[in-house]
Amino acid sequence: MSENTLFITENPCNRTAGRPVIGLDDLILTQDAATSAGSKMLAGFKSLFEARVVERLREAGYDIAGKANIGEFGFDFLGESSYFGPVVDADGHLATATAKLLMDSSVDAVVGLEVNGAQARSAALAGQVHLKPTYGCVSRFGTVAVACSGETVDITARSTEDVQQVLDVLAGHDDADGTSLPARECVRVTAAGFAEAAGAGEAFAAPITHVKVARGLMDAADADTKQLMEAAIQALSSEGVDITDMASETDALFAVANLAWNILMCAELCNNVNRFEGMKYGYHTEKYQTIDELYTKSRTEAFGYLTKAAILYGSEVLATGNYERCYDKSLRIRRLVSEAFSNEFARGASAGNTAGQTAILLPACAKRAYSLADVEANPYLAFEENRFTAPAAITGLPAVTAGGVQLIGSAFSDVALLRLANILPADCAGKEA
Amino acid sequence: MTAFETVIGLEVHVELATKSKIFCSCTNGSDAEPNTHVCPACCGMPGMLPVANRQVINLGMTAGMMLNCHINRTTTFDKKSYYYPDLPASYQTTQWFAPIAVNGYVTIQTEDGPKDIRVKQIHMEEDAGKLVHDNLTYTTLVDFNRTSVPLIEIVSQPDLRSADEVVAYLERLRSLLRFAKVSGARMEKGTMRADVNLSVRPAGSTVLGVRTEMKNMASIAAIRRAIEYETARHIDAIENGTEELVQETRGWDDDAGKSFAMRNKETAGDYRYFPDPNIMPVVIDDEWYDQIRASLPELPEVKLERYVAQVGLSDYDAGILAQSRAFCDCFEGAMAVGAAPKEAANWIITNCTGILNKRGLTSEDLPVPGRALGQLIGLVNDGKVSSANGKRLLEALFDLDSRGESVPEDMAAFAEAEGLVNSSDTGALEAVVAAVIAADPETAQAYRDGREKALNPLFGACMKQLKGKCDTQVLRSLLIAELKK
Ligand SMILES: [Zn+2]
Repeated sequence: MSENTLFITENPCNRTAGRPVIGLDDLILTQDAATSAGSKMLAGFKSLFEARVVERLREAGYDIAGKANIGEFGFDFLGESSYFGPVVDADGHLATATAKLLMDSSVDAVVGLEVNGAQARSAALAGQVHLKPTYGCVSRFGTVAVACSGETVDITARSTEDVQQVLDVLAGHDDADGTSLPARECVRVTAAGFAEAAGAGEAFAAPITHVKVARGLMDAADADTKQLMEAAIQALSSEGVDITDMASETDALFAVANLAWNILMCAELCNNVNRFEGMKYGYHTEKYQTIDELYTKSRTEAFGYLTKAAILYGSEVLATGNYERCYDKSLRIRRLVSEAFSNEFARGASAGNTAGQTAILLPACAKRAYSLADVEANPYLAFEENRFTAPAAITGLPAVTAGGVQLIGSAFSDVALLRLANILPADCAGKEA
Repeated sequence: MTAFETVIGLEVHVELATKSKIFCSCTNGSDAEPNTHVCPACCGMPGMLPVANRQVINLGMTAGMMLNCHINRTTTFDKKSYYYPDLPASYQTTQWFAPIAVNGYVTIQTEDGPKDIRVKQIHMEEDAGKLVHDNLTYTTLVDFNRTSVPLIEIVSQPDLRSADEVVAYLERLRSLLRFAKVSGARMEKGTMRADVNLSVRPAGSTVLGVRTEMKNMASIAAIRRAIEYETARHIDAIENGTEELVQETRGWDDDAGKSFAMRNKETAGDYRYFPDPNIMPVVIDDEWYDQIRASLPELPEVKLERYVAQVGLSDYDAGILAQSRAFCDCFEGAMAVGAAPKEAANWIITNCTGILNKRGLTSEDLPVPGRALGQLIGLVNDGKVSSANGKRLLEALFDLDSRGESVPEDMAAFAEAEGLVNSSDTGALEAVVAAVIAADPETAQAYRDGREKALNPLFGACMKQLKGKCDTQVLRSLLIAELKK
């Protein structure tokens, strides 16, 4: 595949119409263009129907520019596992198609499916704004399922305002998604719904007046990243935001959240990609004698290294005898992490100014740049560096990445988080700025 | 010679009588043209999410209550992974961790009196597709009409001891599920399927023998034959060492009268169950629970007793009606609009059954609403429709059903439209009578001369002209009056 493929499929858009232009990541199904999920298995796959978010975007008059390249099934580190090849900078740093498309203004926002933090990392490294909304506020209908219990449709853009504008279009109840929240709850993450709730004095719509620093994860990052975190703390503090450290027991839970998330994610991924067996659609091996051989060869030839690793790991954690100590334990850790978040949010509110709500500040990744050599040296980087994104993934809480750092808030605090993120220094993008 | 005891447990799959499939809006109708009731969801295409059908949960709960089970107020759906071409998503959504109903029992009648067969659990799940093998071209085609058709699986404890008990259990199960309208429960149509887990041990032993599981029996009679064969095979193996028994899945060849070792399609062994994150746990609150409990039907034996004691039917008539929920509904509906019980029962047992048999239908297929039958009986009694035409009218109701049309509210209007109403115009009758007498003066004179029997050919001629559409009493008296003029 050609180097630095940004769009896997590209639609001609009339940019002069003045309407915002949206890129979709390759896990979002459309009828007009193929959806490959970054995989040889689905290369050229045409869906019979469109994702709900695509319907909503089209209804709102947005143009769809095409399908942005992503890693296979979107769960890798920075798109390095794509069948269509990784995206690499002139200076050899890994980038993502999303970051590049936004940087050169090919699109105004990218709507994708955030599985394992790749888009948050991408935004952190490129100094862009990324939102993983509260789980259940945006329909997942028509997205290629990978790790359903944690993945959400996400938005990356150049500004918090652009993100909010797109979120206002995407958010809403959908009967076709059993995890979709009721309409009255979905509307809370829209600017209008938030304003109404703020007027009524609802807690999730209060401004964020407390920020707690996840010290353990901050310490796990490199010096440049720590510096970014310090700059963010400075900026927030100077705007009157209360800054304290998160409780150490929460830190300890955060440290294992990604182990639990890896188990849940791989188990679900393994089960979800089982349907790709080379029979009904997608890649089909040429020579085979038996149906078992058809399955085995098709999957062996079409899945990439990381997907195979996740399938093996996911099968193992669900095997009889392992379920209790792996999968079930991970579900318990998920509950513990949720409870820890609730405690942090509650304690923050009672600490000082009771009118405000609390958010958690943490890095989105450990370094400011990664090379292709980094992921080649450690192909499992996605299962290790996701310790920064797993706390939000495993709990379904909203997370905003901006100014190179990440903020996690309580359920439905999406709008408040985006507003808080405006305080963060904008020019901390690093290399590309 | 040692005495042996057969130990049997059953896994019974029943297709639920819902309008749509379990997780999508496709029609639940697996006997349609292949692959006509399919959509991206039940074909396992990427991007579709399951949405649990509330009616499935209602019926699962109903079945649980009918079988005296504890209903789990929080019930979950789980994924079971295996590869097979009839399973498009490579997993089946079923209930593994918290099934809808547990710990029930079914009471059967045995030679030694009533016996409770414990029900371990009932769980809801989706069916797989159907593979159609073509032995001429060595190809196998897949029909996805049946994928995601809702099922319940009823798992009994190994409490059954003979083929007779198994038959009694299955018949009782079938009757309860039909009465509660959970399922048509037709073995011949595959909407009820039973897997038989069987082992044999010396009488008095508490250790279970080697267990085999038998599948693919197409009728209760075939199940009886399979159990008798398999029991004999086990005993022969134990007593005479004719073969070594192994735990395995066996098919049943009813023509050959033999069971045979099957290659189990689910050889994987480890299904890697886990909760489906796309289907939220279903929480059954008191209101929902009470609503289902209130909707449970009267049990067949209660109906039978009531029909005899309160309605006044004979044991025989009541017994026939109580075998079929459709018969009971029709009977009670007819009485509700004023039909006399004995008369309604007769129409169902004689006329309806006759038409059902002629058309190869079963009692549960009766397409006649009780209201319509009641009205029909009224029309006949009032002399508006002759009794022969009443039967034709009944037949017309069956025709409506086979054309997929609904039965009209007003049977009098329907009879009129069908041209089966007696002429109420005495003027027209008089004209016919006059014409018939004029056409055959000799016979008329014979009657006048005292030959009573001469009335019959005249009457017949009138009926022929009227095409049977008249009140015969009225016609007879008009004819006599005209002759005696
Ligand atoms: Zn369907």
